[in-house]
Amino acid sequence: MIPHSPDVARFSWGALRGYPARTLLMLTAMAIGVAAVVVLTSLGEGARRYVTGEFASLGTNLVIVLPGRSETAGLNPTTLMGETPRDLTLDDALALTRSYNVRRIAPINVGSADVSWQSRSRESVILGASHELLDIRHWKIAQGRFLPNTDLDRATPVAVIGSTIRNELFGAKPALGEWIRIGDRRFRVIGIMGSEGRSIGVDVQETVIIPVAAAQQLFNTTSLFRILVEARSRDAIQPVKRFVIQTLQERHQGIKDVTVVTQDAVLATFDRILGALTYAVGGIAAISLAVAGILIMNVMLVAVSQRTAEIGLLKALGASPRQIIVLILAEALLLSLLGALLGLLLGEAGSLVIRHAFPVLPAQAPIWAIVTALLVAIITGLLFSLLPARRAAQLDPVLALSRR
Amino acid sequence: MIELSHIHRNFQVGDQTVHALDDVTLTIKSGDYVSIMGPSGSGKSTLLNLLGLLDQPSSGIYRLNGKDVTALSDIEQARVRNREIGFVFQMFHLVPRLSAAENVELPLILAGLPPEQRRPRVAEALEELHLTDRSHHKPDQLSGGQRQRVAIARATVTRPNVLLADEPTGNLDHTSGQDVVRILEDLNQRGLTLIMVTHDPEMGSRARRQLHMLDGRLDAELAGQAPDTPRHDTP
Repeated sequence: MIPHSPDVARFSWGALRGYPARTLLMLTAMAIGVAAVVVLTSLGEGARRYVTGEFASLGTNLVIVLPGRSETAGLNPTTLMGETPRDLTLDDALALTRSYNVRRIAPINVGSADVSWQSRSRESVILGASHELLDIRHWKIAQGRFLPNTDLDRATPVAVIGSTIRNELFGAKPALGEWIRIGDRRFRVIGIMGSEGRSIGVDVQETVIIPVAAAQQLFNTTSLFRILVEARSRDAIQPVKRFVIQTLQERHQGIKDVTVVTQDAVLATFDRILGALTYAVGGIAAISLAVAGILIMNVMLVAVSQRTAEIGLLKALGASPRQIIVLILAEALLLSLLGALLGLLLGEAGSLVIRHAFPVLPAQAPIWAIVTALLVAIITGLLFSLLPARRAAQLDPVLALSRR
Repeated sequence: MIELSHIHRNFQVGDQTVHALDDVTLTIKSGDYVSIMGPSGSGKSTLLNLLGLLDQPSSGIYRLNGKDVTALSDIEQARVRNREIGFVFQMFHLVPRLSAAENVELPLILAGLPPEQRRPRVAEALEELHLTDRSHHKPDQLSGGQRQRVAIARATVTRPNVLLADEPTGNLDHTSGQDVVRILEDLNQRGLTLIMVTHDPEMGSRARRQLHMLDGRLDAELAGQAPDTPRHDTP
């Protein structure tokens, strides 16, 4: 015979209120456990979203060609001018368009130079690029237009500038159509980059983009920093990679002197890292919940011995062992539930703080983590209360009542 | 009707066996008024616990209203305790966080009665013991006599056949003790079997049947005078 559930709930609630210190202790333990899960998974999820976001802005189905074998590949702009076995040239880039699997390419050149307008001047990263880069990188133009769609070797004197550059050079004045000076050459501003342009390593807002041929003249070089090749589909990535290696080897007198990186490989690496991160987060969260569970067991054991006389009395009044177990478990359930909800609030507040402190990191606990945390909290609460509940049910009422 | 035949209850203390109850055979008719007296350690509390199904005999048979209750399962014994037996303790054993009314309500909750059936019965039980104006007081706001009256209300709210009282006046001053005994005797007059353990000869001698225990055996039995009708004494 089980008493009505509202009665059980009311009795358990009364018992919890009757021992506020104990109740508070257990609520805190549970809340911290659940909050840890929420905050940690929201951090992990934030990191994952951040990285996938970065990759999306880098482009999709990309094959990146760097001059030199991987050991000698210069990865930062200052090593650009350094010697590599053989330069990548614009002709190399053009040769790469001759495959059905290649949707579009973008040769890139990077350097730095002084950019000035009237009396204002600053040093800036200069990106030599082509019309295609905008779509490959999924960038957006805020004002004006991007580089014109002309032959790659046309050094049209036009520039697209980032919004930071625009603000620093022009302030509140209109920038479109103005002539700026880059190094010893003059370029007309035809566009301003939108806020989308943020990707690994390069902040487009601090960059000036000019046609690749103009950049080669500016820096007095025929080489390219790298070539971005976009494959038609995910399945085309490997054929494109083989095609690129083969084409460039033929063009470079049979020497394999380029490095080809697929975005897949990079993504796979990040996947592994993020996977490990998720496991670590899960493990830490599990430990904190287990600690909460063990604390609940201890405190429930104390609760049972604290209330020995009461349990003995309930038995004398006709409570069956089952009813005693139900009452103790109901108490644990109530505690776990309240603690978990409290932890949920705490955790959500925590991820809110993180989102405010680091706006780049979209820290938000995924639904599955919240549901799992709640379930695990309730299950541990119940599981770890089974032992104390059984002990209470088996109490000898005579002994229990004779104790003061 | 309570029938005990050849009841033994042994405790193991170290390597010694203590015979708390040694071959007790006893029949108590329904509606009887029995006092159990004897020095401490004589087994009178063990006998009471056994009668209340809080303890199990090592051997022997206990029949309650013709039914062998020692053979019942835990759950069935709990039900018998709930429905047919009421307890009154020396220490009152009220749940401190619950009000008087909630303490009285407990056995009905354990019986699984819905709230709308519980409320009138709780009110009635409190009314009968003149506790209606105290029903929302916590035990620590009540005097000793009032606490024991709440305990009696709790013991009788399920309308049991048997009321077991273990030193019900042991923690009370003389006046409230007298008061409590009169209430118990009044309940007995209305048909409730009253079995009371006491070491106070004055209390014990009021019972119709007086059992004396010594070393776990029923030592002597006296038939007392009929108890005073409580209403005569009340001013």
